[in-house]
Parts: sequence; structure tokens; C-alpha cells
Amino acid sequence: MKAASFDYVRAGSIGEICELLAEHGPMSKLIAGGQSLVPMMAMRLTKPSLLIDINEVKELKGISAQSDNLIIAGGTRQHQIEASSEVKRFCPMVQKALFWVGHPQTRNRGTLGGSLVHADPAAELPLVSVLLDAEILLQDADGEESVAASEFFLAPLVTALRPDQCLVRVSFPIWSGAVGGSFHEVSPRRGDFAIVSAAAQIALDEAGNCSRVAVGLGGVAATPIRVFAVEEAILGGGLAKTQLHELARLAADEIDPEGDLHASAEYRREVAYVLIERALTDAVQEARARMGASS
Amino acid sequence: MSNHDIKIKVNGVVRTGTVSARTTLADFLREDCRLTGTHIGCEHGICGACSVEYDGQPVRSCLMYAVQADGHEVTTVEGLSDKDGKLSALQDAFCDTHALQCGFCTPAMLISAQSLLNETLKPTDEQIREALSANICRCTGYVQIFQAVRLAAERLRSGKEKVAS
Repeated sequence: MKAASFDYVRAGSIGEICELLAEHGPMSKLIAGGQSLVPMMAMRLTKPSLLIDINEVKELKGISAQSDNLIIAGGTRQHQIEASSEVKRFCPMVQKALFWVGHPQTRNRGTLGGSLVHADPAAELPLVSVLLDAEILLQDADGEESVAASEFFLAPLVTALRPDQCLVRVSFPIWSGAVGGSFHEVSPRRGDFAIVSAAAQIALDEAGNCSRVAVGLGGVAATPIRVFAVEEAILGGGLAKTQLHELARLAADEIDPEGDLHASAEYRREVAYVLIERALTDAVQEARARMGASS
Repeated sequence: MSNHDIKIKVNGVVRTGTVSARTTLADFLREDCRLTGTHIGCEHGICGACSVEYDGQPVRSCLMYAVQADGHEVTTVEGLSDKDGKLSALQDAFCDTHALQCGFCTPAMLISAQSLLNETLKPTDEQIREALSANICRCTGYVQIFQAVRLAAERLRSGKEKVAS
């Protein structure tokens, strides 16, 4: 199908975006990569009267490491994040998640900000932003507002972004120490949204004890979630393999997934169990290898 | 509904036109430029049949509006062969390995595979799989398409070695 009629304007700066949003309100929509928005418009699930193209806004592109944060501008293409040496060095988890996102064709257009504001509950980039406690910077005509990723995602396809705001950039905290991370998922076909995805990142101190940990799941709730019970158990000292197995069971017991056409609730719980165990095992292994390499 | 005058370089030729905002790049290429090699399958970014090179990278032309491409460059399947219609090494390889049956997915398969070969002439099987993963084929089972990409890479490599020696 074809999209319903709309007006189109190309914005040149963040300031201009904010002015246009303030003037046209909820009937206007920003378009970046368009990899989710254009299909929704083609299926007439959304019918904006004005499309504001932000692809040519240079301020919305770029990746930089600043003190303790890796900062990625909202309009940065997924393909650029995938290829970035800075992301690889400071926040490789984002690239591990991107490995599962769509296809080369969609990553060439799709952006980080676009994926976050679309907020599919099974999408990888929202999960990684929640996992790593990213801060999401929003801007409107009156100024900026920083929202924690854990408070940004409200429901499937619903976020804290107001219709007059633009997602400007995302700050991912850079972890120190020997850091290992892993991202696993099961989907019907390569590049599809996940039935379940699981991610874990672990930092070890010099003695080999866990100093920081994050464990998250996608596809098992209305938004991506953290599994705090598992994080607390690990921080309490459990990293042996048998314990990881029990921790994964604990994670699966913590969640309350819904069944749909693609997978039953029971299947999702079982897949979550398997993937959490894999993610934890790989993350620990990578962190230990890093520790060995640096000593 | 806004109309826009646009200028897009398609296969090296500057094309101008007036489009409504909702005209997709795929429709502009097919209907305004009469370049019907770009096929439209699902029209919402799943099948990959509409893939074109946009500023040197493969993208789905059904997921862009033509007005967005104003001032940019596009290569379609028509731009892969040379001006006299001589097929490219990749296209020859598709013929030689029987990498098509109905042909509907073929133009986009060629675009995706050519983009990969532009990056490397020594693609691994994993790279080929990744490059073609966005394109759905309902006839071949993909095996011959795989073989075609490998064969084209091989021929292009040995061609380069000959030139170098």
C-alpha cells in the first residue's frame, strides 16, 4: 500500500526541528531512517500530516567518547555505529546488539534514535540502552531534558518522548575494569525482531570478583527489562558455572511473558532461560579473558 | 499534500521530476524514470526486491520517499551493465550458475551482491549470507545465488591479477 498524503519539509538544524514540532504538534512526525515509520505509513497505521525530514541535520550525527560516556547522536546510522572503532573500544555491547538488528540494507538507513523512539518491545537497541543505563537527551523549543532509558520506554511503541520533542543523543556509560558482554537472541528468521533476546555485561575487579553487572531481556514484557534479582545474586558472589545455571532459572522465574502468534508464553520463558545462561556464560568468559590479557 | 521538484542522479544521469511527498523512491524510479528493473514486492521493507544503491550503499527504495533522495545518487540494476548492454561479471555469473528462475528477486539480489563485491573480492560465506539475507527468493533455494557470488568474486579476482601481472 501507499502512504496517505502528507506535506514534507527538510529540516536543517535541531533548532529548526524544534520550531516545526512546536508549530505543527502531534500531527507532524520526524523521519530519520524511516525503516519503521515508512512501513507504518504504508500500512496506514499512522498518517502524519507533515513529515519533517531530519536526515540532513549534521548535529544529529556522530560518535564521541567524553570522559565516562560514549555519546552517540540520535541520527547516527546503525551501519556507522557498527563500523565505529570508538564504539568497539568503549561500548562494544552496542555493536553486539547491532549484529542482530535487521539487514545491511536497513542498517544503512536506520538510526539509533529511530529505533529507540519506535520502541518495539523486542528490538535490540532499546534493550541495550536499558541494559547499560543509557541517558537519552530530548530537546524541544524550550530546552533539553535528560531521561534515563529505564524511564523512557513505557509500553509497546510508547515512550516518554513528547510529540514536540526530538531525540538528540544517547549517552552510554563506559565501564571500567575487565569487561565482558554478550547478546543472544532467537528470532523466526535472521534479522527479524526477536522472540526473546538476552544480554549480559559483567566487569571483574583485579581479584576476579564481579564489580558491576547488568542483565536484560527483550521480548518478554511490554518494554525491555533488567533482571535485577540475577544482578544482585551475582554481585553477592556467584559466578561459578553451576550457579549461572541456577541464576538463569531464577531469571526465567522472574518474568511473566505473554504468548502470541509467534511463540507461547511457556516457550518464551524457556528460551529466556537458555539465552540468559548463554549470555552470562559468554560474558563471564570474555571478562576473564580480558583480565588475563591485561595482567 | 506538498509537491516537490527533485533532482536525482540515477545510473550517472541526472533525472529531474516533480513528485508528491508520498511518492516512494521505488515508484519514482519505475514510473518517472521508466527504470522498471527495480521491483516492488511487499512495499513495506520485508522482501528486499526494491533494493538499490543509494550514495553507494544498498537500501530499500520502498522505504524512502523520492523527495528525500533529492540531491543524492542512485544506482539501479540497469546501471550494473555497461552502456552497450554488456553484462557485468556478476550478471554473467548469475547466468552461468542458474541463479534465477522467475527473476523477480534478481535485480535486488544483484544490487546486494554487487555492493558486497565493491567492498571485498574475497567474501566469506558468512559475508555473502549476511549481504543476501535481506533479499527473499521463492524459487532457487539460494544455493545457486550463493555460487554466482562466489564465482563472480573468483573471476573478478583473477581478472585483477591478470591486469596486475
